[in-house]
Amino acid sequence: MAKIFAVVIILIAIASAVPIVMHWWPMPQDISVHGTLIDEQYADTMLEAGISFLASQFLLAFFIWKFSAPKPGERVKNFPGGAAGLVAAAFLLVGTEVLALGVFGTKAWASVYLTPPAANAMPVQVQAGQFAFYFRYPGPDGKFGPLHADQISEANANFFGLDTTHDQDSKDDIVAAELAIPVNREIHLLMHSKDVGHSFYVPELRIQQDFVPGLDVTVHFTATKIGKYEIVCTQLCGLGHYNMKAYLEVKSQEDYDAWIKQQAALQ
Amino acid sequence: MSKTKNFAVVLSAVVLVCCGALILGQKVNAAGEGKITGTVKLDGTAPHMKGIDMGKDPFCSKAHATDPGKMETYVVGSGGGLENVVLYITEGLTGPAASQTATTEPVFDQKNCMYTPHVLALDVDQKFKVTTSDQTTHNIHPLPNPMTGNIPWNQSQPPGAAPVEKSWKAPEVIPVQCNIHPWMHGWFVVVKGPYATSDSNGAYTINNVPPGSYTVTAWHEAAGTQTQKVTVAAGGSGSANFTFKAK
Amino acid sequence: MHDMSAHAVPHGAPTSFIRKHVFSLDHKVIGKQYYALALLAALIGMALSWIMRIHLGWGSFAIPGLHLLSSTGAPGNVLTPEYYLQLMTMHGTIMVFFVLTTAPFAAFGNFFLPIQTGAEDMPFPHFNMMSFWVTFVGFWVLIASFFVADGPTLGGWTQYAPLSAIGSVGGPGQGLGVVLWATSIAIFCVGQLFGSLNFITTTLDMRCKGMSLMRLPLTAWGWFITSVMGLTAFAVLMPACILLILDHVAGTSFFVASNLVINDQVLPHSGGSTLLWQHLFWFFGHPEVYIAIVPGMGIVSHVLITNMRKPMLSHRVLIYSMAALAVLSYMVYGHHMFVSGMNPISSLVFSFPTLVITIPSTIVVLMWLGSLYGSKLRINSASLFALGFVSMFISGGVSGFFLAQPSIDIMLHATYFVVGHFHLVMGVAAMFGIFAGTYFWFPKMTGRMMNETLGKAHFILSFIGAYCIFMPFHYLGIAGNVRRYQAFTDDYLIPLIPVHKFITVAALVTGFAQLIFVYNLIHSRFKGAIASDNPWQGTSLEWSTATPPPHNNFGDKMPVVYHDPYQYSVEGASADFIMQTSPEKINSPNEEK
Ligand code: HEM
Ligand SMILES: [Cu+2]
Ligand SMILES: [Cu+2]
Repeated sequence: MAKIFAVVIILIAIASAVPIVMHWWPMPQDISVHGTLIDEQYADTMLEAGISFLASQFLLAFFIWKFSAPKPGERVKNFPGGAAGLVAAAFLLVGTEVLALGVFGTKAWASVYLTPPAANAMPVQVQAGQFAFYFRYPGPDGKFGPLHADQISEANANFFGLDTTHDQDSKDDIVAAELAIPVNREIHLLMHSKDVGHSFYVPELRIQQDFVPGLDVTVHFTATKIGKYEIVCTQLCGLGHYNMKAYLEVKSQEDYDAWIKQQAALQ
Repeated sequence: MSKTKNFAVVLSAVVLVCCGALILGQKVNAAGEGKITGTVKLDGTAPHMKGIDMGKDPFCSKAHATDPGKMETYVVGSGGGLENVVLYITEGLTGPAASQTATTEPVFDQKNCMYTPHVLALDVDQKFKVTTSDQTTHNIHPLPNPMTGNIPWNQSQPPGAAPVEKSWKAPEVIPVQCNIHPWMHGWFVVVKGPYATSDSNGAYTINNVPPGSYTVTAWHEAAGTQTQKVTVAAGGSGSANFTFKAK
Repeated sequence: MHDMSAHAVPHGAPTSFIRKHVFSLDHKVIGKQYYALALLAALIGMALSWIMRIHLGWGSFAIPGLHLLSSTGAPGNVLTPEYYLQLMTMHGTIMVFFVLTTAPFAAFGNFFLPIQTGAEDMPFPHFNMMSFWVTFVGFWVLIASFFVADGPTLGGWTQYAPLSAIGSVGGPGQGLGVVLWATSIAIFCVGQLFGSLNFITTTLDMRCKGMSLMRLPLTAWGWFITSVMGLTAFAVLMPACILLILDHVAGTSFFVASNLVINDQVLPHSGGSTLLWQHLFWFFGHPEVYIAIVPGMGIVSHVLITNMRKPMLSHRVLIYSMAALAVLSYMVYGHHMFVSGMNPISSLVFSFPTLVITIPSTIVVLMWLGSLYGSKLRINSASLFALGFVSMFISGGVSGFFLAQPSIDIMLHATYFVVGHFHLVMGVAAMFGIFAGTYFWFPKMTGRMMNETLGKAHFILSFIGAYCIFMPFHYLGIAGNVRRYQAFTDDYLIPLIPVHKFITVAALVTGFAQLIFVYNLIHSRFKGAIASDNPWQGTSLEWSTATPPPHNNFGDKMPVVYHDPYQYSVEGASADFIMQTSPEKINSPNEEK
């Protein structure tokens, strides 16, 4: 039984590594500027975690194989170096590994969260609500009109609660159900939830950020590849959570200009 | 004839009619019943209805690829006929006609990510079915005021799911919406007694109205309500036309 | 050191059936009651996971009879999206609270902590009895929510506000369902607070003559450390749940911000904070995962030592590491909230202790591996599950490296990677700890042996099965598969559906393997071979008393302890193990004073 068990551990360890090594279900392609840092960090961590995983499982299997059938009269032995050696190893190996990961990881994190958006970043507001995202562009005046919670009316397609009769800034605001953005242009996304917690997740963009009801947060990113991607909600928000999504359309500048003109006409 | 005799005759007639009504139910009434007909119009040009961006759900946007969906707050037909107006009797109903429940079972369908019909009129306690013709999940979320005695509910209906059968306990105008597709918005208008909903030409007919004089109310989700007095003769028909102004 | 006066028995042996088996004050009966409750909860939780898995693999498959559970939740025997979430919430809640907290901690701890410390009972037996019955009530309050109008809550076991606090406008189960959920958890907390108090005082005040703290077995240390965590963690969760209930019934707004709009209606709440709930919850929630796993670490060490016939490389290092895990567990809770909208610098601050906590975890694993070296390992069901625990803990631990880093968490947060991580490190590992404890102590608890062949079959199927279920979860997560979805309709998720089908099959097979265990448990209870007092040649106090132990644990002679708990294979000794109560003088390098 011990030998079977040891072999099973080895086989499982190897089988677990295969899909990772073979990239059977890889991370979605990266279309963001900051994503390379995250991907490098991920690759480093995978390497270190992978080695730790395989080494410890192999060692476990080997010890089970070797020490489960002691010869009669055999004495127990102690691990060379004893506890002190292992504790030192844990501190040195894991400690430095972890510290290194932590320090380098800070760079990737900082590139998303601790650097302010560029001054010319294009602002777009996203509002999450059960169970759809809506996007608001400030229009030619570059200004967003204020939101009035009491004027939100899905029945009348006023998803943000804009008062276009009174608020000058709201008059030219453009509301759309998809997020179209020009390629290679930094986007400053202002995130607002109208009801409960939601999250904005575009794996290709290497962005995930929760919406906090009552507290508007922002993220910024630059998409580098034209295409259509999915924005999904990752914060459990109710029965339609799995169905809460929208599309991110990264367009060339010309296509984007045409699109926004068309949207303006639809308002 | 003496007064007592007179009274006795009336009394026995009433008793007879009541017993007959109890035994035969609707049928007795139907014999002498009339109807109220008319049209509902919208004055002036129809307000512009915003288009609906269904981009979030590929099924919905595909279903509307050629005919983009738009809001259905005002649906105005040729000649200014206003659709989706509910007409019902608010005063003058007595006897069985006031307490009887309609026996048909209307259907509220979710089709191409819109509600068909947009407004469903219902009698108190009348059963109705919510069905789906779509290959995407909807949730049906009517929002009655719980103080009326109507109980709110919220239930998903995945593609191919069995119809949901429900009824309402009290008269109320109940908005219904799909949270998965926030533009999907409709109404259950629950009334007591006979009712009708105006068609695409604005025409309507309230059937099964016993002879008498009544106040007819016309309700529209955005334009508000109007009333008119109508008299229906036995087996005949009364008429009431309404004209709303867009708000 | 405490003297003999501490063992003044607060209660005599009961005579009536009710006092003996129902409202018993005997810690051993209470321990068994906790075990039975955990077993029932585990079976329910597992059945729920089957329903979920079938739905995720084959969404339109009709599960016969499911509409009996809820005709609106499963019309035509197929789950609706909301009912999937409702069952998922119940699965998580039942598993975390009523299985992983009750079985390794409350069940085994109750039975064995007083025995291992050499006490006749816990110091507050009435509190102990209440601890169980309060937990029992909490469990049925939770189950009751299956049968209320729109069913149990769908908010997930984390019950994030404001979804959990706004009432039924939030969705099915968010009204009464949440209130019942929060009530159940608050009641549960009370039960665990009673239990923790007893555990702490037992460890500190009830030890028999000669039993210094360092002479306590690692299991006792595990339970002691856990009860200290329990005392602080549950004391935070309970008021949090009460505030949540107040938001429902008293018109308060602790967790709901102003101006939220649902169905075109502005909610009547104002002034609350969304993140407050998350801070309160995870301040409890992170220690909670250690509450689930530290008793398992103790049990696994104890079982391994007995079956390796040698002590851990260092008794103290293991104790200090477990204590370090407990202390650090309060400082890392924010790693659940990296992308929650918390200040991004706070995320970095929480990331460092999280990375540091891998050090004591690594030390614990290295202690196990290093001690295995040169041992005389006996393979039996108990030691297999203990070794399985080590393997699972490693696998679940390495995925922690990823999640500890905020930058990678951007990609992996709220995906199946997290689900895989916590199922391995907390779910399966803790379950294996429970199994190891069961196979090991069943003889002492019931007086009969369990069937070893069935035990080994149960092990190998569970071990392979658990990896087949939970390893692929990681791959799904890396590919961006979001959790808490009842179907995968997004274009980029559709290619992952075959993986989900594989997992579903694995889950069903593994689930059936658990029935072998249930059969073994019940069959052995009545028909198993009669157990001797010390079937595994163990050294700690539970093996020096009769099997099963008498009402006051040690009969009329209280134990006196002369050695540390793990004197195995001592050179020059009379046998390969020396019981703690043996007065034999030995010359052992690692003898604790
Ligand atoms: C029989 C084996 C099990 C299977 C097949 C299983 C499967 C699942 C699945 C499919 C989910 C839903 C994942 C999602 O959509 O986010 C889930 C969630 C969960 N499970 Fe398990 N599980 C099992 C055992 C356990 C155990 C032993 C625990 C104890 C820790 C556990 C704790 C949880 C928790 C806490 C959640 C999260 C619930 C939530 O998101 O609110 N499960 N499980
Ligand atoms: Cu959402
Ligand atoms: Cu819908």
